[in-house]
Amino acid sequence: MATLTLIQAVNDALKTAMRTDPNVLVFGEDVGPKGGVFLATDGLTKEFGEKRCFDTPLSEDGIVGAAIGMATNGLKPIAEIQFQDFIFPAFDQIVSEAAKLRYRSGGQYTCPLVIRTPYGGGIRGGLYHSQSGEAYFCHTPGLKVVIPSTPYDAKGLLLASIDDPDPVLFLEPKALYRSVKGEVPEGRYTVDLSTLRTAREGTGVTVFCYGAMVPVCLRAAEQAAAKGIECHVVDLRTLLPLDEEGVIDAAKRTGRVVVVHEAPRFCGFGGEISAILAENCIEWMEAPIVRVTGFDTPFPNTLEHHYMPDDRRVLDAVEHVWNY
Amino acid sequence: MASTRTSAQPKLTKAQEAQALLRHMLTIRVLDERMLKLQRAGRVGFAGSATGLEASIIGSAWALRPQDWLWSGLREGGAAVMRGMPLADYIAQMYCNSNDSAKGRQMCNHFQHKGTNYPSWSSVIGTQIVHGVGAAYAAKLRGVDEVHAIYGGDGSTSSNGFHSGLNFAGVWKVPCYFVIIDNGWAISVCSRNQTAAKSYADKAAAYGLPGFEVDGNDVTAVVAASRKCHALALKHQPSLLVLKSYRMMGHSSSDDPTKYRDEKEVAAWQKRDPINAFEKKLLAAKLIDKKHRAKAEAEIAAMIDAEIHHQEAAPKMALKTLVEDVYAEVPRHLRRQYNSFIAVAERLGHATPGDGAFPL
Repeated sequence: MATLTLIQAVNDALKTAMRTDPNVLVFGEDVGPKGGVFLATDGLTKEFGEKRCFDTPLSEDGIVGAAIGMATNGLKPIAEIQFQDFIFPAFDQIVSEAAKLRYRSGGQYTCPLVIRTPYGGGIRGGLYHSQSGEAYFCHTPGLKVVIPSTPYDAKGLLLASIDDPDPVLFLEPKALYRSVKGEVPEGRYTVDLSTLRTAREGTGVTVFCYGAMVPVCLRAAEQAAAKGIECHVVDLRTLLPLDEEGVIDAAKRTGRVVVVHEAPRFCGFGGEISAILAENCIEWMEAPIVRVTGFDTPFPNTLEHHYMPDDRRVLDAVEHVWNY
Repeated sequence: MASTRTSAQPKLTKAQEAQALLRHMLTIRVLDERMLKLQRAGRVGFAGSATGLEASIIGSAWALRPQDWLWSGLREGGAAVMRGMPLADYIAQMYCNSNDSAKGRQMCNHFQHKGTNYPSWSSVIGTQIVHGVGAAYAAKLRGVDEVHAIYGGDGSTSSNGFHSGLNFAGVWKVPCYFVIIDNGWAISVCSRNQTAAKSYADKAAAYGLPGFEVDGNDVTAVVAASRKCHALALKHQPSLLVLKSYRMMGHSSSDDPTKYRDEKEVAAWQKRDPINAFEKKLLAAKLIDKKHRAKAEAEIAAMIDAEIHHQEAAPKMALKTLVEDVYAEVPRHLRRQYNSFIAVAERLGHATPGDGAFPL
C-alpha cells in the first residue's frame, strides 16, 4: 500500500475513475496541462487526452452549467472550481438547477456530477482563498456535501461521489493537501457517503469536526488526555445528508459535546448539530453544547491563525464542558 | 450531410409541409385559448400564452430530427407537442396533477417530455443555455449524432447563461444552435431597454459565431433559417438565430400589459399575425381552401376538450411525492420528516391509504 498525501489521493481517485469509465471527464480552470493550481489533476490530460481533461473559459457558472448538461446526456462530469471562494457565480446553477433537476422533473432527468473545490484557511490566502462555505450548500436539498480529512477517505469518498447518482459538492481541505499523509490502497475502493468516522474513541467529551479541523481536534484530544479527559472525536465526513443517528449516538456516549468548524458561527453547521442534539437527546446532556468556530467576520489574512480554531481553543472548550 | 427532415413526417411534399406547419401553429393558438379560459375559470393556476409567436416556435423546431434535443426557455411547449409530446402530458402539466410526469412539482407552463428530448427547465432565466451546450459536448464526445437547439427570450440575452453558453459553444465547437425569440418584451422591459445592440444577433460576433436575424412571424423564413442553423450544427458550428416577433398577450395570466405598452403597437403587430399571414399565403397558392382553418381549429379543440375532461378526473397526488426524487433514494432524515408529518395527517384524517410511513 502506498503512502500518499491528501492531494495525491485525490489525483489517484480521479485517475482510477477515468481508467474504469470512459464517460468520466474532468474540467475547470487550469486543470489541463498545468494540472491545476494545487496539482490535483496533474497528468490527467497526458494520460486521458484533452477531450477528457481540459481547461475551460474562466466562468464558474459556465463550468457547472455545462457539467449539468453533460450529466443529463450520459457523461460523468467532474468539475473543478479553483477555490471555493470563486464558486458563487455558479451558485445559481448548483442550487437552482443541479440540486433540483431530479425533483422538479419527477425523476425523468437526473444530474450525476461532482464539483470538487479546495476550501478553508491556513495558507495565507486572505479573504478570497480561505473561506469555508459549506453551510450555504448544506441548506440545499438535492445536493450532497462531502469533506474528507484523510488521504484514505479522500480517495474512497471521491470514488463514492463519482458513483453517486446525485450531484455532490466535494470540498477538499486545502490546508491538509500536503500536511497529512496516510496509507491508500491501489485501485478502486469506496467509502460510503453519509457515514461518520470515529477518529478517536473516548468516553469523556464528544468532539464533532470535519475537514481541516480534524487534526486540530485530535491534537487537542491528546492534550486533554494528558489532563485525564478522554475525547471521542467524530469526523463527520458527509455533512449532507448527515448521519444523524451516528451523531446522536456519539453525543449520548459522553453527554458532553463540542462542535468545531472554521466557518463563521452564526447559521454555521455547528448550529445544526446543536439543534439535532437538542431535539433528540437533550436529556442526555450533562453540559451546554459549545461551538468553537471562526469569527462572524470576513476571513482575515495576517491574523488567520487566530481566526481559525486551534488546539488551544478546542482544549479550552473541552475542559469547559468537562468541568461544567 | 444527414437529412433535416422533421420528427413527425418522413418526407413531405411542399403542400403537405405547408399544411402541417399551419396545423401545428393552430394547435398552439387553440391550446393557449383553452388554457387561458381554464385559468380564468380557476381550473388551472396560471397560463402563459405564445399567441403571436407560433411561427417562431414551430418554424425554428421544424428542422429538428427525433434524436435532437430542444432546450426550452419558456414558451416552446407547442414545439414539444409538434415533436410528439402527447396532449395528455401537456394538459396534465397545466393541471399539475398526478398524471403530470413532473408529479405536479412545477408551476403551470413548465413542460418537459423525455420521449422527444425536451428537458425539464427551471423558471430561472438563461441557465438552460449552458446546459444545452454541455449536453452537445456530451453528444460530440460520445460520438452520438444529435443537434441541441437551445432557446431563450430577449431578456435571456442579458443573463450569465447566455454569455457563458455562447462563449463555451464557440470555443468547444459543439453541435448546437441558439434560438432567441425576441418578442419585444421581457415581462415589462422592452428590448431597447435590454440592450444597446442594434440586433441581438450582433452579439454572436463577440463569440466567433455566425448570427442571423429573421422575421419571426414568417414561418417560411424561420424554417429556412433554422435548417441553415441545423446544418451548421451538424458540422459542429454553433450559430445564433434571432427571431423578431411580438408577444400579443401579457407575460402571463398574472400580467396586465396595458400598464407598460402602447395598444397602438399591439394593433400594428396584430395586422402581422403569423397564422393569418400564412393562411393567406396558402389560400393564394391554393394549398388550402377557405374552410380549412375553421375545420382544423374545431378538430384540435375537440381533442383538447376531450383531454381536459380526462385530466379533470386525475387521481389525488400521493403525499409521499413530497419527499421523493430529492435524491435517488429517500434518505433517512427525509423519511423521518415525512413519517412525523403523516402521523399528524393520519390523526386528523387527512391521509389516505397508501400515504403510510416509510420504513426507518
